[in-house]
Amino acid sequence: MIQIKDLHKSYKMGSSSLHVLKGINLNVEEGELVAIMGSSGSGKSTLLNIIGMLDLLDNGSYELDKVLIKDLDETKAAKYRNKFLGFIFQSFNLINYKTAVENVSLPLYYQGMKRTERQEKALKYLESVGLLDWATHLPSELSGGQKQRVAIARAMASEPKLLLADEPTGALDTKTSNEVMDLIQKINQEGKTILVVTHEEDIAQMCKRIIRLKDGVIVEDEKVDQVLAAKYV
Amino acid sequence: MFNQDRWQEIFETIRKNKLRTFLSGFTVALGIFIFIILFGFGNGLKNSFQEFFLDDATNTMILFAGRTSEPYKGFKANRRIEFKNDDLQDIKDNFPFFLEYITPRISRGASVRYKNEFDNYTTRGVGPAHQYAEKTIMMKGRYVNELDVKNKSKHAVIGRLVARDLFKQEDPIGKFIDVGSSVFRVVGVFQDDGGDNEERFIYIPYTTRQSLEKGNDKIDQMIVAFRPELGHKGSLAFERQLRMFLKEKKDIAPKDPNGIFIRNVADNLKQNQQFANVLQLIVTFVGLGTLIAGIIGISNIMVFVVKERTKELGVRKALGATPKSVIQMILQESIFITTISGYVGMALGVFILKNINETLEDYFIKNPYIDISTALFATLILIIFGGIAGYIPAKRAASIKPIVALRDE
Repeated sequence: MIQIKDLHKSYKMGSSSLHVLKGINLNVEEGELVAIMGSSGSGKSTLLNIIGMLDLLDNGSYELDKVLIKDLDETKAAKYRNKFLGFIFQSFNLINYKTAVENVSLPLYYQGMKRTERQEKALKYLESVGLLDWATHLPSELSGGQKQRVAIARAMASEPKLLLADEPTGALDTKTSNEVMDLIQKINQEGKTILVVTHEEDIAQMCKRIIRLKDGVIVEDEKVDQVLAAKYV
Repeated sequence: MFNQDRWQEIFETIRKNKLRTFLSGFTVALGIFIFIILFGFGNGLKNSFQEFFLDDATNTMILFAGRTSEPYKGFKANRRIEFKNDDLQDIKDNFPFFLEYITPRISRGASVRYKNEFDNYTTRGVGPAHQYAEKTIMMKGRYVNELDVKNKSKHAVIGRLVARDLFKQEDPIGKFIDVGSSVFRVVGVFQDDGGDNEERFIYIPYTTRQSLEKGNDKIDQMIVAFRPELGHKGSLAFERQLRMFLKEKKDIAPKDPNGIFIRNVADNLKQNQQFANVLQLIVTFVGLGTLIAGIIGISNIMVFVVKERTKELGVRKALGATPKSVIQMILQESIFITTISGYVGMALGVFILKNINETLEDYFIKNPYIDISTALFATLILIIFGGIAGYIPAKRAASIKPIVALRDE
């Protein structure tokens, strides 16, 4: 699913430049649930942003589903994101004046889907995260966990090849975190490839593979026995 | 542009961000409203001004005769100068290049009676050309003509208010009135834009007036009109030559400031026109000022709106919105709002101007108006600048990487 070879990325900070990723090699197969761990400044978010085409790489190559991702202008990146990727953010990033169902149908709008079709599909995904009854509520009327589940439904709605979650539980308490991770695990069991950036060890243990980053390089890459979040819920 | 889905998305955004929509719409509507009201008031001021100062023909000079102040050619000082009928002919003969028309004017008060109604009015013995000098408008019948002058006919042309006071509902034409001790037949009724006093005059042939006063040939005043194409400079030259000519004819010392007086209406006209130009300038300036203020207002709002939406735009981009679709969305929304509210402001302004009409006449604002092309043009300008003001921040927002926009908490 993902093939990254010798990936470098640095940021210009005034006159000096900050070398964030120093040669990353990474392969992720279809159906994997991968945790990317590391302390802040280790480059884990940068890696996720590059995989998510929110940011560009300097050197190396990146293939997503056998498509070489390079020379992205904004328009092309937007189309790839819409087609391949679903995002889950720490701060949910729902549009605050749109209801749950409208938020979920937004990526479908950018796919050019018809209104009624959009609505139908959005409701289907809201149902899959257990929020059908909350479809017409605004984000401000939802709890943190509910917001994140709406965001997950939104990420799923465009039926992406890859789901990217940046600290999906960072703003949630333990109980809600477990509920969200349970949902993510279930989506993974249905065959979706998911990358989770986190700095919490117990969240990482709920994935099938942990990649540890330090100072821009992968220091450890291990398969783990998945802890099922369901038993905490 | 006519993508139904995109419109639906925009309407939804507008409906759910009422305050934002109201603010930007209000700015535009207010800008265009104030522009139209101020511009209309300016025009109303100009209307009043024209009514005050431009009632009479503006290419005329009025000649008076007075007493000399210097002895000359054996004549003593303090000699009374008088115009005579032959002066009219002499001016006509000597200044064909400058002259458009000339008419005498002999003013006398008289008690005027019709049946049981009577009152005191001023009669003016005039020639036919006097009608042009005063811009007299005939309502009924005719003005004093050459035949009246030649035959010294006892024909009178009476003002609208004279007719109203003496004749009430009756038709005055052909009726006889007593003017002083003689009887005149009314041949015409006139009106005049110069106000009520001007409509209380009675015009009679100047020769008739002279024959009533023992058949003399004296004239109080002469009104001389010069060809308008001479302009102000030409009229001054004419005035100078006319003064020289008359002084020589009447044996007045060339340096004597008295004896002959000439009031050149063109002098007033020039001042008045300068004043009118200044007014026009102020109106234009105020209009431009409000328009610019409106443009700045809408620009501020647009910058604010886009700033407020930075994160939303980042989310949209992460979900697959292309930069083009982001710009299009913002522009379409802003142009839609400015067009609707601009039109509302314009309609409201025009409506109020229409209803003001005469009510502000006490403040020298008469019939304020704005021609519809100016109103539409101003609205269009505001819409275009609203669009540009939206485009610049929209383009910047669209080119921000979604990751930067999302980080912006």
